Amino acid sequence: MQHRRQNTPLLKVAYSIAVKDVWAEFRSKELLSAMLLFALLSLLVFSFALELDRRARAEAISGVLWVTVAFAAILGLNRSMALEREQGCLEAMLTAPIPRSAIMYGKLAGNFAFALIVGLILLPVMTILYNISLISLPLVGVLAAGTLGLAIVGTLLSAMTAQTRSRETLLPLVMLPIALPIVIAAVRASTGLLSGADSEVWGAWAAILTAVDAVYFVACSLLFDFVIEE
Amino acid sequence: MSRPIIEAQQLSKVYGALPVLRSIDLAIEKGQFVALLGANGSGKTTFLRLLAGLTKPTSGALRIGGWEFPKEAAAVRAQIGVVGHQLLLYPALSARENLRFFARLYNLSGRAAEARIDALIERVGLGLRADDPVRTFSRGMGQRLSIARALLHNPHILLLDEPYTGLDQDASAMLDSLLQEAYAEGHTIIMITHGLDRAARLANRAVILSRGKVALDLPTAGMDERLLAAQYAAALQTAEGIRG
Repeated sequence: MQHRRQNTPLLKVAYSIAVKDVWAEFRSKELLSAMLLFALLSLLVFSFALELDRRARAEAISGVLWVTVAFAAILGLNRSMALEREQGCLEAMLTAPIPRSAIMYGKLAGNFAFALIVGLILLPVMTILYNISLISLPLVGVLAAGTLGLAIVGTLLSAMTAQTRSRETLLPLVMLPIALPIVIAAVRASTGLLSGADSEVWGAWAAILTAVDAVYFVACSLLFDFVIEE
Repeated sequence: MSRPIIEAQQLSKVYGALPVLRSIDLAIEKGQFVALLGANGSGKTTFLRLLAGLTKPTSGALRIGGWEFPKEAAAVRAQIGVVGHQLLLYPALSARENLRFFARLYNLSGRAAEARIDALIERVGLGLRADDPVRTFSRGMGQRLSIARALLHNPHILLLDEPYTGLDQDASAMLDSLLQEAYAEGHTIIMITHGLDRAARLANRAVILSRGKVALDLPTAGMDERLLAAQYAAALQTAEGIRG
């Protein structure tokens, strides 16, 4: 067997890592079940806590959606990177001739998929619980952009905090302030959509959300190599 | 004479203000089985992590297979297989799925990769459990699979960090024979161990580290455990005495 001098192609590695994450989750059902259970319980608590009139509820509902999605995503992100660390699998990956950023893109794809699945399940559940239709294509688009942003920031930060002893508490502490622009833009865009506001209003917030995603993606891609090496 | 497969020159590693490795000079020839010995905190694991490309030296030069690390990291990593005291495997995936995943990281896929995976699974005696999740494996079975994972890309160098941790007698004996096979095939093996009997029996060279420096480097051919233990104790005593 000839040994190559070059790294294995980035996309091939990223794809393999993402497929591995999805397949391992399909086998263990550890991550999604915890995220879903947490999200559904949170929704129930919110629905009892917010005994509001219909208009007030319409204004609060996007906040409820994004708080639930953000915390469920953090739960999944923590576990996803912990699984890599527990048996030293991350180190095994780091000894392979692969571009370091491929680990970020692969983990990001898996984290995004899990967070989006949870978000998509929440939409019909919230429609029933809050008696307001949340099933619309633009809202799914905003949900996708928001969860992508959370997954981008969370993948980098979970790689950092997974090396510490108090990673479970540290990740939300460092992630929430950094993810604030994503959450604010996602809440504003969702509120505009649900209240039937002009498309220019929610469209502007959706554009801001996309721009924030792009900035974070570039920044996290540049930083990941340094974070993961030592 | 051919060039050593591993050459460390004045290799140092400092974490913060703490020097862990101090100007190590070491040359390891192709096909050697080196036991890396020393007390806890002597720098063995850090040295192995440097060889595995998991950390960068603070100063000094490191060449592996003629490639300079960290400058030519990909070429260095392609020649190395690592076995740790952790399994470095995904518990939710089966033995075959684990090997398939790691094979892809080494750009191995298709029929050749599948054939290699099948052959390695058979070689480590896990043919009947190939499709079972790793979480159902005993520690010994997991460690055998870990060896198969490390050998996937047929590396020139095998690095082992206390691979016998937690293994019972039977599993240890199986691991012994797997390492002897790998050595007979010409792999260069560097193994951290606290078992002097095993070092004397399996390795043909022992490197003893103390406080981040090479305290003694000696051939172990024809040496029994008692003799190695005496040399080990004397080397540590001298190193500790000199440095104070």
